[in-house]
Amino acid sequence: MKILVCISHVPDTTSKINFAEGDTKFDTNGVQFVINPNDEFGLTRAMWFKEKQGASVHVVNVGGPETEPTLRKALAIGADGAIRVNTAATDGFQVAKQLAKVVQDGGYDLVIAGRESIDYNGGMVPGMLAGLLNANFVNNCISLEVEGTNATASREIDGGKETVSTSLPLVIGGQKGLVEESDLRIPNMRGIMMARQKPLNVLEPVDANSETSSVKFEKPAPRGAVKLVDADNVEELVNLLHNEAKVI
Amino acid sequence: MSVLVYTESEQGKFKKTALEVASYAKAVADQMGTTVTAITFNAEDTSILGNHGVDKVLKVSNAQLETFNAKSYANVIAQAANNEASKVVIVSSSADSKYLAPLLAIDLNAGFASNVVEAPSSASPFTVKRTAFTNKAFNLTTINTDVKLVAVSKNAFGVKENSSSATTEDFSPSIPENGVKVESVDKVSGKVTIADAEIVVSGGRGLKGPENWGMIEELADVLGAATACSKPVSDLGWRPHSEHVGQTGKPVASNLYIAIGISGAIQHLAGINASKVKVVINTDPEAPFFKAADYGIVGDAFEVVPKLIEKLKAFKAQQ
Repeated sequence: MKILVCISHVPDTTSKINFAEGDTKFDTNGVQFVINPNDEFGLTRAMWFKEKQGASVHVVNVGGPETEPTLRKALAIGADGAIRVNTAATDGFQVAKQLAKVVQDGGYDLVIAGRESIDYNGGMVPGMLAGLLNANFVNNCISLEVEGTNATASREIDGGKETVSTSLPLVIGGQKGLVEESDLRIPNMRGIMMARQKPLNVLEPVDANSETSSVKFEKPAPRGAVKLVDADNVEELVNLLHNEAKVI
Repeated sequence: MSVLVYTESEQGKFKKTALEVASYAKAVADQMGTTVTAITFNAEDTSILGNHGVDKVLKVSNAQLETFNAKSYANVIAQAANNEASKVVIVSSSADSKYLAPLLAIDLNAGFASNVVEAPSSASPFTVKRTAFTNKAFNLTTINTDVKLVAVSKNAFGVKENSSSATTEDFSPSIPENGVKVESVDKVSGKVTIADAEIVVSGGRGLKGPENWGMIEELADVLGAATACSKPVSDLGWRPHSEHVGQTGKPVASNLYIAIGISGAIQHLAGINASKVKVVINTDPEAPFFKAADYGIVGDAFEVVPKLIEKLKAFKAQQ
């Protein structure tokens, strides 16, 4: 089985979110970038398929050279090789188009992406990729087993979960549950050394128009200070929620 | 040319989000000088849609579509959009809609904006405001394609009353081959889900152990709320993963979010930020949640929560 794991290069959750160039660009100054958390769950599940079922695992990112440290980290975690499509990611459709070409040329059976990236939160690349490839698709995936070309997956639904049977080729929009937080791997020294020797292929992009464009960013209005209620006067909280906030 | 909206139902009844997206579709249709067509799957009584601005209902009744299937549903919605020559298609941000929307975008060659929180600021170019950076920012986005797809955030635009006389038509689409088959659905019945809840009561590590969740459940019962928990609580196995809210868990966009014994790690706040009113109860006045909350009580949950339940019961009895 050939697995491709899509890796978004995103600001660490604790980063300060600021914008530059008249609020049109994300300000990367002083920001640390990491593997998108939803992708990391998928990458770790892919490692399981590699170790238990002999799958090969490649990782891919659509972005400039600045994303390579993030791909190297995925290699240090255990991916066999990495691919970077050398173009700035401009919208979900354009990224899906680039990935579709990588999947077709590489003959991948299983593509694992995160359900959404924590920066733009579009949540559209995995589904668009499946649509472009005419592959099967399971979103919000919280468990995945593959036997031959058959797959069993479960997905989180509002208020519960659903188990589905499907087959390769398959695209997954993954999240926590594919593996647990405690299963995530921190690259060790050997992994980091080996990652330096592993291939990181840079591919030129295919022609793909963006279907949407970002005009500008805004930050939410600063919020007022918390209104503290005395622990001995809980009734006051009930009054505030009813009369002021009007939520009960 | 009408604006097409996918109005979700469950066991024949419309969800609140269905009425919210219908209201949104009405606002878009007014801006564009056109009408609203809703598409429904196996819904029984569709008359309620007429209260929220829908002019025409396309009723799909098909046993093959009894269980949600993203590819089939997307394909059927695309057929409806083509029949109606719709230039704008609206869906919600439910788990099912988020699943089908990117497939629908490809079927329709439509540019897609998700997590949209306001009516378009301009119809041409078609510009919408969406959340980004997990609710830490907004992004104004223009959709440049001929057909546009918008997924509206939950509880952002709101349900609006708009009386219209909706006509109903049966719609019999062709159903595509499908490679994903639902084997089983495991759903807690009779409980308010985090996705649908107006109020969410959430507990953290400050509650010291799973045996102390009785008061969280009782508080939720009094308020008609869903229960949720922080990540450490689900990692420790005190509560099921399905209750974990936060960046890697479920997002919450309720009217009221009550956090009990939760310090407010940035990942947690990112997931619940879209809630309108936030209340924190915590012994530590330095807990970061106090910076994100509207109301707070510095105190021991084991003393405050029982008192709060008692006062709320008295309040509910008066109503």
